[in-house]
Amino acid sequence: MEFALSEEQRLLQDSVRRFLEQNAPLDKVRLAAGNTHTVQRSLWAGASELGIPGMLIPEDFGGMGLGFLDAAIVYEMFGRYVAPLPFLGTAVMAPLALMLAGSEAQQEKWLPKIAAGEIIAGVAVTESIGVREGAGVKAGKGTLTGKALFVVDWAEADLYIVADSDHGFHLVLPDAKGLSRRALNTIDKTRSVGELVFDQVAAEPLPRSSADAVARVIDAGRVMLAADTLGAGQMMIEKAVAYAGERKQFGRVIGSFQAVKHLCAEMAAALEPSRSLVWYAAHALDEVPDDARLMACHAKSHLSEVGRFVARTATEVHGGMGFTDLLGLHYWFKRIGFDRQLLGGPELVRLEAARLQGWAA
Amino acid sequence: MNIDFTPEDEAFRDEVRGFIAANLPRECADSPALGVMTDKSVVKRWHKTLYEKGWAAPAWPEEYGGTGWNATQRFIFNEEIARANAPRLMPFGLTMVGPVIYTFGNAEQKSRHLQGILSGDVWWCQGYSEPGAGSDLASLKTTAARDGDHYVVNGQKIWTSYAHEADWIFCLVRTEQSARRQEGISFLLIDMRTPGVEVRPIISIAGLHHLNEVFFTDVKVPVQNLIGEENKGWTYAKYLLVHERTSIGGVPESKKKAAHIRAIARAERNADGGALMDDPAFQRKLAEIEVRLTSLEYMNLRILADAAAGKAVGPQSSLLKIVGSEVQQALGELAVEAVGYYIEPVGQGALPGGANARGIGPAHAWNVWADYGYGRAASIYGGSNEIQHDVIAKAILNL
Repeated sequence: MEFALSEEQRLLQDSVRRFLEQNAPLDKVRLAAGNTHTVQRSLWAGASELGIPGMLIPEDFGGMGLGFLDAAIVYEMFGRYVAPLPFLGTAVMAPLALMLAGSEAQQEKWLPKIAAGEIIAGVAVTESIGVREGAGVKAGKGTLTGKALFVVDWAEADLYIVADSDHGFHLVLPDAKGLSRRALNTIDKTRSVGELVFDQVAAEPLPRSSADAVARVIDAGRVMLAADTLGAGQMMIEKAVAYAGERKQFGRVIGSFQAVKHLCAEMAAALEPSRSLVWYAAHALDEVPDDARLMACHAKSHLSEVGRFVARTATEVHGGMGFTDLLGLHYWFKRIGFDRQLLGGPELVRLEAARLQGWAA
Repeated sequence: MNIDFTPEDEAFRDEVRGFIAANLPRECADSPALGVMTDKSVVKRWHKTLYEKGWAAPAWPEEYGGTGWNATQRFIFNEEIARANAPRLMPFGLTMVGPVIYTFGNAEQKSRHLQGILSGDVWWCQGYSEPGAGSDLASLKTTAARDGDHYVVNGQKIWTSYAHEADWIFCLVRTEQSARRQEGISFLLIDMRTPGVEVRPIISIAGLHHLNEVFFTDVKVPVQNLIGEENKGWTYAKYLLVHERTSIGGVPESKKKAAHIRAIARAERNADGGALMDDPAFQRKLAEIEVRLTSLEYMNLRILADAAAGKAVGPQSSLLKIVGSEVQQALGELAVEAVGYYIEPVGQGALPGGANARGIGPAHAWNVWADYGYGRAASIYGGSNEIQHDVIAKAILNL
């Protein structure tokens, strides 16, 4: 039994940490959050030099052929630095959809471009989880009609992968006739989501699509969001601890007060044990298929709850400063809030877990 | 990462499972399943069975009677024990004083005490806490004054689990009034039959008798019963506290409890007549706890893997303690919710020493209340959760 990261994985995580530390400091995040997509493009080019866009893509298609645990520890770092990068859709969900459901020709056409960091790929699966406001996409003969909400990596996408209401994946180009796009401004300015409205839009189906393929793409996305929350939460704890060690009241640092110490200890006691759950859930996507879906639900729902607790407690420790834009703590607060809701909030995901275990109809 | 068990691990699991199936007497398996407390004779019988197999003390070094298993094998063994509903062996000798004796004791102490601990013939209890020394253990006041070849012990211990069934007690006593409180403490082994030792029961919130007060009045203890050096007892006590901390999360016990709740929820009816298990609100609560338990389990596995790789467990055990006790208590609360009003007759019926008596209503409800009540101790014993938060703040966060 070996429950630890390998030496290669630690090195990978360290190199991503260093890259983001140097290239995505908070002022850069602020710039990107002001919708400066050029920031995102140049950062993504830097990430491409590390092989990140193609980390899950097989080497035959120019990728690194790594596993989901590798992706999870990378996205954990992205969460740690609230990196404004299109990792979730472009590097995880889109390649996985193409690998599971695409034809060889489709894979050959798109995977090398993704791996090279040349394109951004948006992914539309929200309606496969739950339909709101009458959204949903119907497939006709080579066309799509309907509406997709909360499309991941929506902004600046060069390609969309869209799930229809019958578990079919389709490729749609952003300039296709009849496609209208609308940005959805969310609390989290570090990642983009948007709306796609289709009116008889030309679309190319992925021929090996299935309900299972759609579900596996969602599972992977959920584990990644859990990993992102893990990283963001860890950074919030470190910031709170550092702040508690500097801020003085009553003539001493506030970290010397037990009331503040215990807030910090409670955060650590909540977050640290969930690290193993995220690792296992990611590991299961590759290695333990029977466990994978349930573990994805567990990781997503648990990190959502733990993340929220850490986010509000760390904000509390920062006092009034935590409430300000000046400090920037809110980027982490909002990132964790966004992770919680995207691809299914914890309430919905827990119900799915109950169904998977045969508890509910 | 590779958390699959190896074929050797699986073969080992089969061997353990097979042995338990063939050798665990029915009444030994029934007893912990039905009662919160297991009768001493039942535990002794099972202890003897494991001892004869050579499996009584898996964590001990082989030269003192251990099995030589690695951490994974010990984990598997514990899982199988819990799975089979086998009674837990008393920890006071096997996981507490035993390791202190073989680590710090002299040759005579080893040959005198280890065998009885291993075979289960001699039962021990732990004399640490005092009325004025709980979380602040170093403030303890029980004294041992040297008088020729004896110490004369005076004072009082409290919360002494199973003192009324123990043959020996290992005690922290003050041998010197020094400036640093930790420096005047010694580690003493005392025969419970010595004149001047008196045990008085404390009945718990669950109506059970497992706790006691132990009074010492001019108790004469031979100096040969001192472990290690005089005034160095705090060091040995701390060693004991971190020893075997990998099991403090109580994962196998909580998994078993969760399975019990699922069984209850399938049998109990909801307000609308359907099975409680079909109630989405109940499902959500159970799922939420089970996710926390799963998370705890994987953290425990990670710590075990680290320990097997030679890394120290350290303050991580405080995290296990907090999460483990919270999960245990949450399960206890959910079980109370699940059995509904059948909680009441059992609560009234569980008189001191009678917790294994048959209750009123369905069998699955008999021990729910006693277990819920007993569970209140989980956030107190082994260092209260508040103290664990202090440990985390200091040792992990450097606050």
